[in-house]
Order: sequence, then C-alpha cells, then structure tokens
Amino acid sequence: MAEYGRDCRAQPFMTSGHGSAQASAVLTAEGIGKRFGSGATAVTAIDEVTLSVKQGELISVIGPSGCGKSTLFNIIGGLITDYEGEVRIDGRRVSGCHPDIGMVFQEESTFPWRTALENVEFPLEVRGLPAAERRQRAQQFLGLVGLTEFADRYPGELSGGMKARTAIARTLAAHPKILLMDEPFGALDEQTRLLLGDRLSQIHRELGQTTLLITHSITEAVHLSDRVVVMSYRPGRIKRVVDVDLPRPRSSEIIESEQFGHLVASIWHDLREEASRGLAADEASRRSS
Amino acid sequence: MHRWLAPAAGFAVLVLALAALEWAASVGWVSPFLTPPPSEIAAAGWRMAAEEPLASAFFSTLGVVLAATVAAAVMGIPAGWAMYRFPLLGNAYENWVAALFSAPLILLYPLFLVLFGRGPLTIGMIGFLSGVIPVILKTYEGFTAVPVVLVNVARSFNLPESALLRKVLLPAALPTVFTGLRLCFIYTTINVVGLEYLVDVGGLGFMVGLMYDRYDIPAMYAAVTFVLLISMLGFSAAERLERRWGRGA
Repeated sequence: MAEYGRDCRAQPFMTSGHGSAQASAVLTAEGIGKRFGSGATAVTAIDEVTLSVKQGELISVIGPSGCGKSTLFNIIGGLITDYEGEVRIDGRRVSGCHPDIGMVFQEESTFPWRTALENVEFPLEVRGLPAAERRQRAQQFLGLVGLTEFADRYPGELSGGMKARTAIARTLAAHPKILLMDEPFGALDEQTRLLLGDRLSQIHRELGQTTLLITHSITEAVHLSDRVVVMSYRPGRIKRVVDVDLPRPRSSEIIESEQFGHLVASIWHDLREEASRGLAADEASRRSS
Repeated sequence: MHRWLAPAAGFAVLVLALAALEWAASVGWVSPFLTPPPSEIAAAGWRMAAEEPLASAFFSTLGVVLAATVAAAVMGIPAGWAMYRFPLLGNAYENWVAALFSAPLILLYPLFLVLFGRGPLTIGMIGFLSGVIPVILKTYEGFTAVPVVLVNVARSFNLPESALLRKVLLPAALPTVFTGLRLCFIYTTINVVGLEYLVDVGGLGFMVGLMYDRYDIPAMYAAVTFVLLISMLGFSAAERLERRWGRGA
C-alpha cells in the first residue's frame, strides 16, 4: 500500500499530513458525531469524524452500506443540524444550509415539471437574478455538462445519466465554493458511471471546484479523487485515508494501469472487513425482526 | 407517430360504432324502442333544440356542475394541503374523509331541501359535497408523496419556506391533485344530473326524465348525449389546464 497511497491512520486530522493543510482548508468537519434514537435502541451512525478539504481538492468518502456516509453528507450540507462537532467553511463555523455548499443528491432530484434549462435556472431564480442573466448562466452550465441540445427537454424525456448531469449543472450554477456529492451516479450502470466520471473529472479540472464525493464505488473513488477516506462500519469512523497519487489529468483509461489496480486492491483490503461486518449485522437484524 | 393519429383513430371507432348501430337498427337486429338509430337521435336533438329549452337545460347543468367543481377545488385543495402541513390534522382526519367518500351523500338531499329550497343550490351542494372529498384526499396524497429529495434540493439552495409551496410542493403534487379534480368532476356530474332526473328541478337530468315519460326515446338519448358532452368538455378543460400548469410532470 505504502508504495501508491499514503496511510494517514495515525494522524489526528486527516489533512494528509501537510503542515499547512489545516490552515488552507476550505471545508473542515471536526469531531462529527450523530446518534439516532435514544436509550437502548439508540444507534450511533457516525462518531468522531474529522476531515478537511483543501481548495480545489477532490476527496472521496467510501464505506460499506450503513457506515453513515449519507448522514455525514447531510450534516456537512446543513440538512441535519443536531449533531456533535462542528463544520467550518474557511474557518467560520456554519450551521444549516449554506450558500457556499452545493449539494448533489443520490436520488433522482431534477424537478419533473421543469425543463433541463429551467432546472439549472432554479438556484439563480431563488437568488433573484434577472431572467436573461439566469438563462445565460444556465445555458453555460448545461453546456459544461454536455447537455446544450437537451435544454428544452423535460427530465421524463432524459436518460438517467442526463438527469444526473442536469442535477450537477444545477448545483454548479449556484457557484458554490464547495461541491458536495452523494453518490451522484449511484443509480447508473458501471460503464455510464465511468464515462460520467470522465466528464466530472473534466469539470473539476476546468472549474477547480473543491469537491467532497460520497461513493460506494472503489473504482469511482480512485478514478476521481486526490484522496480517499475509508470509513468503518457502524459507528462510522475514519479508518484510513489514502492519497491517490495517480497522474492528472485522468480519464477512465487509468483503470487499466497497474497503479490503479494496486490502489483499488488496497482500499478493498480495508473495506472488505467493514463490508463483511455490515452484511453480518444486516442479516442478524433481519433474522431477529 | 403523428399527433392527430390517436384522436383520429378514436373518432373513427366512434363513427364506425354509430354506423354499425344504424345498420343493426335498420335491419331489425336491435329494437328501436330500446336503442333508436343514431340518425333518429340526431334528428331528435335538432328538434329538441328548436322546440324544447335544451340550451337552457344544458347551460343550467353545466353551470351547476362547474360551480360545484370550482367550489370543491377552492375548498378541497387548501384542506388537503392543511392535512399535509399539520400532520396531526392529517392523521386525525384522513380515515374520516376516506369513509365519507363511500357514504351515500345523496341522502342529505332532504336536509338541503329544507335549508336551500328546491332548486339549483340544493343540487349544487350535493354535487359539491360528493366532489370535494376526492379533491381533499388526492391533494393530501399528492403532497405526502412529494419526494423528500426535492424538498432537500430546495433547502440546499436556501429557498425560503414561504416559497417552498409555490415552487416545489404544489408543482410536484399537481398531477395527483388533477386526478382528484377529475374524480371531483365525475362525481359532481353524476350527482347533479342524477338529482335533476330524480327531483325534476330542470337541467339535462330533468330533460332525460321528461323525454322518457313522453316515450320519446330518441329525444331521451339526445339529452343523454348532451350530458356526455358536458363530461367531455370537463375532461378536455382539465387536460388543458394540467398541460399548462404541470408541464412535464
């Protein structure tokens, strides 16, 4: 492992060990914990999760089902407000949804009664931009995700991948400082995911957008990220951070490389144990219910 | 496929069915007393338009049905939204409203007769009551079925709570709300025409009964055809409104 990715397990903060990283972090989550329920039935979803993301960095959080990835996404995005720890943007503590954070959701989230263009216009409409300006900006971001030709189509007329891209364009149009994505291609097949990963990688390169990606796909995490945060099964804690030192710019062709294979194998080595725990816990809970 | 192909096919089937009925009646396969040939029905309709107050009966029924439907929409949609917005209200009343749906509300006619007298208002009230229940239920169902993720998207963009209803909840619930409005129109029309028929207070229902009493069967069918025309107008209007307000949904 050490040859291709750096293990940051021993470090108190997962800022990949750079001395100035903490200072230059755009997004910091410190000691995040969340319990659901109370008493004997209480479940600790995540516990003492601390991470920071630097300007322009793309970090993936990966873990087995039930490790609290989506809970972390909702806490950082401001949709869950009662939790332990704190979230900071540029050092300032934030609470609730913040205009500096743009969220892309796991579920299909385009508005079916709006065309692709009108969907992308939505955040600009909320901000009260004049119609002409928001139309121009929406067209620009729709072009960025390669959907110019489909601007007037309704989501019902688009494929799953096109809807996912529309949702990304809509979030980017709001010009967030930090892009937070929860398995944006989760509902798509592997090949489409790889191709859309290429598109995402290209957008990241063009915009230099600071991004935190929640995923359950090791391939996707290694393909896109500068660092991969591996989480343990419940309670979700950071098990390990892997630096992905593959050359950029990257395309999905990178998966053919030996380095890529080593990184995937190394992450799976850690994740396998956690995924097995998750599976066993799931089976046990189904047996008892 | 051409846009006009489906309506043209529907129209062609109707014309064929009418032609088949005309032929079956002419060769004596169906009794003209039970099912007169369409040509006789058309002639009777023409005759009624000249000799009977058909137009006023048509507009009277249409007016009562529309007034009851609009009143049911104006009161039912906010009521359904309130049941969603205040879960206590929704949990408390959903089953009650659903139970009312299967209740024979027409039995309230004597009460309304005392309150409003023997006229269109009484009939309209029965139409309204039978129509408002599906509007409330479907509006409630529509709002509760709005995917949480759409609300979360709006929140992530800091959409104010005050705009959430207008920008997200209502458009997302609109297809189901329109299902409720269509059901409302159906139940209102059935109850209004049915009561007109039973209590002789004018309108197309009364005309159907009158023609039946005169043994003028073609004219009775002509009056029934005008009732169908009201149904078609209502559905066509609902479709246009839904297309205009709920595009793509």
